[in-house]
Amino acid sequence: MGKEIALEGNEAVAEAMRQINPDVVAAYPITPSTEIVQAFAQFVADGKVDTNFVAVESEHSAMSACLAAAVAGGRVMNATSANGLALMWEILYIVSSLRQPVILTLVNRALSGNINIHCDHSDGMGARDTGWVQLYAEDVQEAYDNLIQAVAIGEREEVRLPVMSCLDGFLLSHSYELLEVETDEAVREWVRPYQAINPMLDIDNPQTFGPLDLYDYYFEHKRSQMEAYPPAKEAIVAEGKRFGEVFGREYGLLEEFMTDDADLIVIAMGSTCGTLRDVVAGLREQGVKAGMLKLRAFRPFPAEEIAGALAGASAIAVLDRAASFGAHAGPLYHEVTSALYTFGEQIPTNNYIYGLGGREILPEDLQSVFTDLTQVAEDGQPVEPVGFLGLRE
Amino acid sequence: MAQLTEVRFHGRGGQGAKTAGYILAVAAAEEGWRINAFPEYGAERRGAPMKSYVRISDEPIRLRSSVKSPDVVGVLDDTLLATENVTDGMGEGAVLVVNTDQSADEIRAQLGNPNVKVFVVNATQVAMDTIGRPIPNTPMLGAMAKATDIAGVEALKHAVDQRLGGKLSQAAIEANYAALERAYEEVTS
Repeated sequence: MGKEIALEGNEAVAEAMRQINPDVVAAYPITPSTEIVQAFAQFVADGKVDTNFVAVESEHSAMSACLAAAVAGGRVMNATSANGLALMWEILYIVSSLRQPVILTLVNRALSGNINIHCDHSDGMGARDTGWVQLYAEDVQEAYDNLIQAVAIGEREEVRLPVMSCLDGFLLSHSYELLEVETDEAVREWVRPYQAINPMLDIDNPQTFGPLDLYDYYFEHKRSQMEAYPPAKEAIVAEGKRFGEVFGREYGLLEEFMTDDADLIVIAMGSTCGTLRDVVAGLREQGVKAGMLKLRAFRPFPAEEIAGALAGASAIAVLDRAASFGAHAGPLYHEVTSALYTFGEQIPTNNYIYGLGGREILPEDLQSVFTDLTQVAEDGQPVEPVGFLGLRE
Repeated sequence: MAQLTEVRFHGRGGQGAKTAGYILAVAAAEEGWRINAFPEYGAERRGAPMKSYVRISDEPIRLRSSVKSPDVVGVLDDTLLATENVTDGMGEGAVLVVNTDQSADEIRAQLGNPNVKVFVVNATQVAMDTIGRPIPNTPMLGAMAKATDIAGVEALKHAVDQRLGGKLSQAAIEANYAALERAYEEVTS
């Protein structure tokens, strides 16, 4: 049986890493994920893990070392935020192209400029096309649980993809909460020992990794990489269910909260879903048919599942914690409305950009979204294409 | 309706406002409550004003926004009274505990809000005498144990041990216990 203890988000992530006991961690610390690397380095120094910890001089080197260690056949983990992720960019694509199940904790933080250390999703949204699976946590318990599941999801033979386990900077990374921490034995048994496929260090079976791949075969290789994402979607569901069977907390691609008979549904990712639950529950007490759709898996994007969950609503709002400069709306809005269109749902949908650089999101802000949606449902069309929450204008 | 107690600490970077929130939360959890504690940082620098928050409830806490209407406020540095509105959002009967060498009446005279209950303790002096360093957070918690019913001294001691046990020597832990106890005795209103 696990034990309920109070931990800070970053401590909970480091604890999960200690329990998973990866072969290699190569990292370069950055706010607000610093404490993950700091705590894990302490575990290494204290002999509490068998991990080979590689202290590197940049995030580009960190992800390069992770890639090399994974190709060699190791189970590999790392943590970063914002500008650190940006510096890894080149290698992010190579890790997914070589189908290496590297696990990265991304503590979401605003990308510069100007310099800002606080939460938004500009880092994660920017990495949406890199080929990494992305899970977003609502609270510290989920951040801990997601990291453990990330290992199993990424390592499944039909998946073999890197996974980003995302949690909101400061809002979760520095939030002190009670969570169920499972025993080391139970976690290790649940994630299972790692068996690399075609490791480079299998010198009896020589392999080539990352060769020149021009117009003769590159396209076919990209096409075959695309084949990994539908199984990854199934793996998120299957491992979420298996996690629930063993530990009692089941997870899926998304979570529907009071959506069954809801007229007005708000979609969000990350810690905002917590505040949103309180707002939705409060509106329900007032007789408003409000609901929340929490998106846990952003990549692979569960388009059909989202369209299914939203079918029957009269008005929808998509909350984006990132801007997509030059686009007509935020990144999540584009994906959600595209899903609705593709699967034949014609529902008026508002977009709100909020929380950039850590700007606080208040219950009143979220209540105002539902007030807008009441109007949208009446009019049958969005109030305005893009709104902003908590912005001084 | 859920029972909810909201706490706000005002301090300066390095005074331990964040840790004070964590220790208070652990102590409340030990007494059976659901808890959430989190700091509000600017740029994480020593000496800069910062706040930390604690929510304590009989139901799971899902709200993520900062505490706007605190039931209890702890001020770790009385120079903040001149620059921060420490009683912001405090309702009738809310409790304010200030680390200061001034009297409760002197503090009351500086506040814009006459409805709060003011408690004072010289937590910095207590910290110097017991721990040997001017870190007022644990003595402030001792004072808050007397001024509020959030968590008692024994629960706070366990929380200090749980939160700082791995980081401090046993002697330093004992010094923190002494700081808690002495501030509990010395706080006045």
